[in-house]
Amino acid sequence: MIGYLFLLIILAGAAGFFINRRAARARMAAGERLHSMAAFHGAYAVCLSALPALVFTLLFLLFEGPIVDAILTASLPADAVADMDPGQLSLVEAEIKSIARGNVFGEPEPWKRDAAAYYAALRHNATLALWVAVIAILGVGLALARRRVSARFRARHRVERVIGWIMLACSGTAVLITAGIIASLLYESIRFFEKVPIGEFLFGLNWEPQIPIREGQIAGSGAFGWVPVFVGTLVITSVALFVAIPIGILSAIYLNEFAAPRLRAVAKPLLEILAGVPTVVYGFFAILVVAPAIRTAGATLGIDVAPNTALAAGSVMGVMLIPFISSFTDDALSAVPQTLREGSLALGATRGETMRKVLFPAAIPGIVGGILLAVSRAIGETMIVVMAAGLIATLTINPLDSVTTVTVQIVTLLIGDTAFDNPKTLAAFALGLMLFIVTLGLNLVALGVVRKYRELYD
Amino acid sequence: MTMLQPDEAETETEAPTAELKMTARDVDVFYGTNHAIKSISVDIPDKTVTAFIGPSGCGKTTFLRCLNRMNDTIRNCRVTGEIRLDGEDIYGRDIDPVQLRARVGMVFQKPNPFPKSIYDNVAYGPRIHGLAGTRAELDEIVERALTRAALWQEVRDRLDAPGTGLSGGQQQRLCIARAIATAPEVLLMDEPCSALDLIATAQIEELIDELRESYSVVIVTHSMQQAARVSQKTAFFHLGVLVEYGETSRMFTNPSDQRTQDYITGRFG
Ligand SMILES: Nc1ncnc2c1ncn2[C@@H]1O[C@H](COP(=O)(O)OP(=O)(O)O)[C@@H](O)[C@H]1O
Ligand SMILES: [Mg+2]
Repeated sequence: MIGYLFLLIILAGAAGFFINRRAARARMAAGERLHSMAAFHGAYAVCLSALPALVFTLLFLLFEGPIVDAILTASLPADAVADMDPGQLSLVEAEIKSIARGNVFGEPEPWKRDAAAYYAALRHNATLALWVAVIAILGVGLALARRRVSARFRARHRVERVIGWIMLACSGTAVLITAGIIASLLYESIRFFEKVPIGEFLFGLNWEPQIPIREGQIAGSGAFGWVPVFVGTLVITSVALFVAIPIGILSAIYLNEFAAPRLRAVAKPLLEILAGVPTVVYGFFAILVVAPAIRTAGATLGIDVAPNTALAAGSVMGVMLIPFISSFTDDALSAVPQTLREGSLALGATRGETMRKVLFPAAIPGIVGGILLAVSRAIGETMIVVMAAGLIATLTINPLDSVTTVTVQIVTLLIGDTAFDNPKTLAAFALGLMLFIVTLGLNLVALGVVRKYRELYD
Repeated sequence: MTMLQPDEAETETEAPTAELKMTARDVDVFYGTNHAIKSISVDIPDKTVTAFIGPSGCGKTTFLRCLNRMNDTIRNCRVTGEIRLDGEDIYGRDIDPVQLRARVGMVFQKPNPFPKSIYDNVAYGPRIHGLAGTRAELDEIVERALTRAALWQEVRDRLDAPGTGLSGGQQQRLCIARAIATAPEVLLMDEPCSALDLIATAQIEELIDELRESYSVVIVTHSMQQAARVSQKTAFFHLGVLVEYGETSRMFTNPSDQRTQDYITGRFG
């Protein structure tokens, strides 16, 4: 039904567009000088008919459910529902609705049957009202728009204003959703901090999120100090950057400045394939290739190596970040004006000196921005570490040890049977909030760096 | 590549090269299949300003860039013929273009200071070529170059400020200071005033006249008035060929070629 309604709206809009455009063209053909092009008169008809009908329909559908429910609740016989708590009441209403849809189980009481019939009638009337209203809106809108076609009517200004509103609504949506995400993170985190003091979370050196699920279980009380988890993230991120920064920057420098064009044409897409590899595949790679290799190497050297080393997870994550850093570096180097390159060469500098002393310094803001964004990605990266890093939070900076990360802990806290009022579960939101704050801070710093250097270099 | 007999070559290099700094013989340049410079031969005397004039697209820049082998950096560019600096073939096997460019400096059409401080801009060449042993020597080189470029008075208090923050004319003088700090023997200038206003242009022209005392200067310009003001020798290029070359005063009063006549009287260009 609703599908047909949308079809009607679209058809009416299209019809309005063509009718108005034709009317405007007819006037132009008759020698009038129109303020707006014919297509704007057409678009004006759409703005006056299909657009309000669409908005009305969406609003109607949004509020129809709650309003009909409220009417239904009010209509239930008082003696039957008087001593029900809200949970029971909503069960009863669900039953009534399913009866109305024709799914009758057993022998419902007569008042429920009556309520179901009433509910069905309500829904039917609502749909009817929607159709009538939409048709009225479309009709009035089309008629109004058609009447306004004239030489002096400024259809373009109206249409442009409507388009402006639509764009505002789109960007507003993005902002609102971000705000909503932050709000929900904050809300759950605050609930967590009611159970676990914030100081303990921020500065505690122990992370053992074991909370008794039943009363009197022997698991004791959990410890929620995020320091070891965060240090784990830092260790893995550092390893990743240790791999990604030199390889990414040097490969970009080589491909941008020194490689023969044919080599560049082949190597650059190959490098970019790395960016397209799903992180799960990187995870396999870490478990099946890198981790055993590190263990074997450790065994030959007589070094004690944990099974899930930060080194394995971090180095594979580093490989994932290489294309990130190299493409930022490449862009930054390409953006340095050719005149600077020539100016340096003309002073008798070699290509290496030109790179070291002119091109690379001029590209640093872009490169630093790229690195900071890569750090944000490394900190938030989940799949590789879930697969290849450890689960136990040990406070260590030894990359040959097993560490866990913030993202791994969030995943494990939320997996399995969990209740959402349990500190163990809520801790995931607190960790998420911290992750968000850290990456947000990094992004701000990245922006700041880029801006500061741009002032100097432009 | 010349087929001169050894004794003939001797006489040729002895007498005129006392004052000839660079000589070009039958130089052709191709960009891919585009034959941009056609068999050009020019002598560039020492301690003289030589102007290259001609309508745009006639190959002035291309030829100028042959003189310090900047065309090597353009991938599809091919140069044939012979160009000598102090009698030495600059396209010869044992010549490193990097060292050549330290001897033949260049100033570009658009000022292109590095995004570094004024001091570091001027010190760039001396540093990479190791011209100064101590910081004091480097300071002195920088001061001397900036003074010769008529910029010292304006920037002496802000040598640490970025060179890109100067005005257009100051930037171009900074680029000239940067070029002469490397102690070149020849200074190539490709339309150095085309991005500047009248006052800045006048300052640069005055500067070029002073530079003539120590360097051989080659300046490309599309302004004949400028060529007349600053140069002693003028070469007129047209469609990739050298139409006429001689004393500037004679070229502008009594050109021997009809095309030169047409160009300087503004009939085309
Ligand atoms: N980098 C290049 N690649 C290909 N062709 C070029 C290049 N630079 C110049 N040319 C061509 O060479 C000719 C001479 O150009 P140019 O030396 O810049 O002239 P001018 O400096 O006298 O205006 C022109 O036809 C131009 O299209
Ligand atoms: Mg030019």
